[in-house]
Amino acid sequence: MSTLSDPPRESFQLSMLLSDTRYRGYTFQFIALIILVASVAYLMSNLFANLAAAGLNISYEFLGDPSGYDVNQTLIPYTSQSTHLTAAWVGILNTLLVAFMACLTATILGVIAGVLRLSKNWLVSKLMSVYVEAFRNVPVLIWILIINTLVVLLPSPRAYRGAEPEAEMLFGMFALTNRGVYMPAPVWGSGSLVVVFTFLASLVAIFMFRGWATKQLYDKGQDINKLWPTLVLFFVPTILIYFIMGSPIGIEYPELKGFNFQGGLEVQRPLIALWLALSIYTGAFIAENVRAGIQAISKGQTEAAASLGLRPNRIMNLVVLPQALRVIIPPLISQFLNITKNSSLAIAVGYADITATLGGITLNQTGRAIECVLLLMLFYLIISLGISAIMNVYNASVALKER
Amino acid sequence: MPSRDTNVAFVRTEFIEPSPPPSSTQGPVAWMRENLFSSIPYSILTLLSIYFIYTLLAGLLPWLFGGVWDTSSIRECREVIEGTGGCFSVLSERWNQLLFGISYPQNAYWRPALAFVLLFVAAAPVMFPAVPRQLLVFTGLYPFLAFWLIWGGTILAPMVGLLGFVAGYMAFVQLEKTNGFAAGFFGGIVAALIVWLLGGFISGAMPHFIALEAVASRNMGGFMLNMILGTVCVSLSLPLGIALALGRQSDLLIIKWICVVFIEFIRGVPLITLLFVANVVLAYFLPPGTNFDLILRVIIMITMFSAAYIAEVIRGGLAALPRGQYEAADSLGLDYAQSMRLIILPQALKISIPGIVNVAVGLFKDTTLVSVISMFDLVGMIRGPILASTEWNGVYWELWGFASLLFFVVCYGISQYSQWLERQLATDHR
Amino acid sequence: MKKSVLLGAMTVAGLAAGVASAATVDDIKARGALNCGVTTGLVGFAAPNAEGVWEGFDVGVCRAVAAAVLGDPMAVEFVPTTGKTRFTALASGEIDMLARNTTWTFSRDVDLKFTFLGVNYYDGQGFMVPKELGVSSATELDGATVCIQTGTTTELNLADFFRSNGISYNPLPIETNAEAQQQYLAGACDVYTTDASGLAATRATFEDPSAHVVLPEIVSKEPLGPLVRHGDDAWGDIVRWTLNALITAEELGVSSENIGELSAAAGNNPEVNRLLGTEGNLGEMLGLDANWAVNAISAGGNYGELFEDNIGESTAIGLARGLNAQWKDGGLIYSPPFR
Repeated sequence: MSTLSDPPRESFQLSMLLSDTRYRGYTFQFIALIILVASVAYLMSNLFANLAAAGLNISYEFLGDPSGYDVNQTLIPYTSQSTHLTAAWVGILNTLLVAFMACLTATILGVIAGVLRLSKNWLVSKLMSVYVEAFRNVPVLIWILIINTLVVLLPSPRAYRGAEPEAEMLFGMFALTNRGVYMPAPVWGSGSLVVVFTFLASLVAIFMFRGWATKQLYDKGQDINKLWPTLVLFFVPTILIYFIMGSPIGIEYPELKGFNFQGGLEVQRPLIALWLALSIYTGAFIAENVRAGIQAISKGQTEAAASLGLRPNRIMNLVVLPQALRVIIPPLISQFLNITKNSSLAIAVGYADITATLGGITLNQTGRAIECVLLLMLFYLIISLGISAIMNVYNASVALKER
Repeated sequence: MPSRDTNVAFVRTEFIEPSPPPSSTQGPVAWMRENLFSSIPYSILTLLSIYFIYTLLAGLLPWLFGGVWDTSSIRECREVIEGTGGCFSVLSERWNQLLFGISYPQNAYWRPALAFVLLFVAAAPVMFPAVPRQLLVFTGLYPFLAFWLIWGGTILAPMVGLLGFVAGYMAFVQLEKTNGFAAGFFGGIVAALIVWLLGGFISGAMPHFIALEAVASRNMGGFMLNMILGTVCVSLSLPLGIALALGRQSDLLIIKWICVVFIEFIRGVPLITLLFVANVVLAYFLPPGTNFDLILRVIIMITMFSAAYIAEVIRGGLAALPRGQYEAADSLGLDYAQSMRLIILPQALKISIPGIVNVAVGLFKDTTLVSVISMFDLVGMIRGPILASTEWNGVYWELWGFASLLFFVVCYGISQYSQWLERQLATDHR
Repeated sequence: MKKSVLLGAMTVAGLAAGVASAATVDDIKARGALNCGVTTGLVGFAAPNAEGVWEGFDVGVCRAVAAAVLGDPMAVEFVPTTGKTRFTALASGEIDMLARNTTWTFSRDVDLKFTFLGVNYYDGQGFMVPKELGVSSATELDGATVCIQTGTTTELNLADFFRSNGISYNPLPIETNAEAQQQYLAGACDVYTTDASGLAATRATFEDPSAHVVLPEIVSKEPLGPLVRHGDDAWGDIVRWTLNALITAEELGVSSENIGELSAAAGNNPEVNRLLGTEGNLGEMLGLDANWAVNAISAGGNYGELFEDNIGESTAIGLARGLNAQWKDGGLIYSPPFR
């Protein structure tokens, strides 16, 4: 039907820009580019016209002005005389802190719930389904508000006061109040650094010893008891040095002084409420990912492991979970991303994250809406692009192992 | 042949009935042994669970059944209730505000309610293959009907909208036959715009032709606002998401990069910052003097948001299709538009449906964030006017419980549907 | 491109509000309604009731302006705004005026380019504590946890007050008044601070108001008043003089009860006559009807009536006139003359 012959030489016609597939692509791209440039130019001209009409301008100088407000949780030194930029940094660190804590607990919670949901225990697996469905199908904002209302129901510090207080501290050390959780904190005296280094060194030593023992077992078949040397290494050097240095590390207990507990380590209620809400909410999603990952492992793997005589726990830990991880981790990382993004709802519980400082009070007080919202978006964009980059690296490494 | 000894005293002629299995392997006891107390750790877990359920119910049930429904303020509740019990009167008194917002006209509540019921009729043919195909016509008409019912005004406005789409489609069909897809596409848009412009004048001139009482979108609120935002934004973002996904897979570099930047940017920021943009920034980017509804600005931002997520789901579907499908389409001599429309997209969309449903559920839940920018959706209603009123200040659990229940019913329903659909789809492939 | 198509469709569908021209008052007349920014709910000042009708002291000002311009006090679209959104809503033209407990400050007036049109309530930031704490002065609050409503000048005043007194505190920012109440009552904070009027309104809703005291310190000046955008002075004049008309009406004894007979014919008091349009042409100068002030005052009564009906001592909020009494009675409420 077809004979090989040179295609007829056509001269270029203008209509070919639209009808010839060789050129049509360029036409479309050109049109798209023009539309893009035109719309950006249009929006920008509107922006400048509006700003000029309102007598405003785009300027980031306000970041250097004193903020004038106080923040309840500051990981870096901050007073109301610090700049708006410092306030933004305080917010960024608070966002990262709550996101990190929530990622950790949500993962633990999610893995436990996901595994238990598949367990043979009928009651437990049903309970886990209820947990997963209840949290997945109700908006996170409502959960944050509910959990905050729940945490506010804890006794107030006032309840710890008086001859016969309504509430008592746990073990005399921990105080759970609706303003936060107070717990003993170490006091670092001079020489405490040595103790810490000794402890770290003994941890390294334990690690090396166990590696060596395992190697002995594989190479020479010597079964060396690992337990006792580990315990000795863990406790003895640190305790010895601790007393040699003259007990440099003390413990400070929280005490009710004035309006609040003073001393010790304080974790404030907004952080607790947001952390709990994000962990439990995202835990339900992670549980689903874990379940899907486990179910993706073919039943043959479980049966093969069982026929080797492994117990159910070990089948899960040694055979199923390691394989399931490859399926679980990509959605897990996107859940971490969701936690970071959902932490922007912090203002609902009074937690001073970046949206509450830069995008909240700073925006209100300076009226610099465009600048603040832009910076806010930039921050979240950097975080999520960073996490996506990590995910891509991971995906690439898994893909290489597959074949 | 040796003779048989026939002097035996007894020969059993029938089998003994099998004796019942030991009680430990049968009945509820066995079931409990197997499923609740199979090992010590499991037993501990079971006991813990039972204790947990007991505490939960012990707190919940008296509250639920000891509640009052007919007082007029929380103070009266406190007087009436002995022991524990919920003050559910807030629901019976403020149900209309929770569902429809503060300023939707009371005598028009039937309109959004009817639109809500009709939504199921319209969605049925899309969701269930068993429903007669003829109903799809109603699905096409539904957006215009729902718009008329909820917003009111003259019926001409939605009719002009519908006519525009019809004209656009006809022009597309005609032009595509003669001049190809691109000409059809742009021709369709032009035809639709002409009809809308002309029709806009006509409907503007006759605002009372078969008119319902007009309701400004500012007056939408309560759960109705969540439903409106959810359905409108998901429906609008579907075509946009498909276009973005195709753009991202495209060979045309500029288009590809526009799509990539758009998708990654939107997915990289929290919805709340986009709502801040809608609320405090977007106005600066519009021509000086123009100003349109907050609800419309929010719809634009949420649509862009969900379009980016849907685009990623569809891209997954496109990538999951075997390469052979693309090559088969090419070898048939189909051009890009034809191969996408006839071969690739139908399959890719089918694979993506569960993912799209997930995005839709997530988006519907995220519509509660509009309460942060002072819109009175269900959550905004509760946090704003209702808890601020002197009568109901202090009623938390009843309101949050109600809100959670509403969202749970809708979202759980949709996700059950999605799972059912997944099973349906899975059978076709094997 | 997609956005503009969408926009086009929406515009045709009749959703988009029209294009605002330079003259705000013409827009309002064309629209047939005043867009007035209010709070998302503060009982006494602006909150929707069970029927969804907005009520309150700030709402009264909006209704008076609507009555003056359009002759109908109900022709108001109330736009709820938060501390964050209120200024953008005004700057972008989404609302024509803002009557939302907004403090008149230098930077808002000059830097944010708004025009404050007077003061309808002189307020100041105060502190409320439970009586059982035994605190009698705000200077005894060292180390206390303080609930603050965010998005206001309150945070800045608070920081200044504690810094100048050299005492420490732990701020707990909260978005809505209702949530602040919840936390305060649960003991999650020792002190609740906001404008003294807000404290009184909040305390009135408590189960046992007598168990809480408002401390004597007022740590800031908070003149609250309506505001509009810079650049439309004609519109600013209308709002300013509507507010002044309400104040002058109280001073001259013109109330919603006797306004019918006073406005029927010119009386003996020339200022009343000028105010009510039976003499002179003040309404015409504003570009309004001659009976603009009659409409405004009939909407909800004069300043004193608005005060008594919404936040006065006979209401649950129970605020005394105090600073907000007429200047003749030793207060600060004072209107320039109608002349």
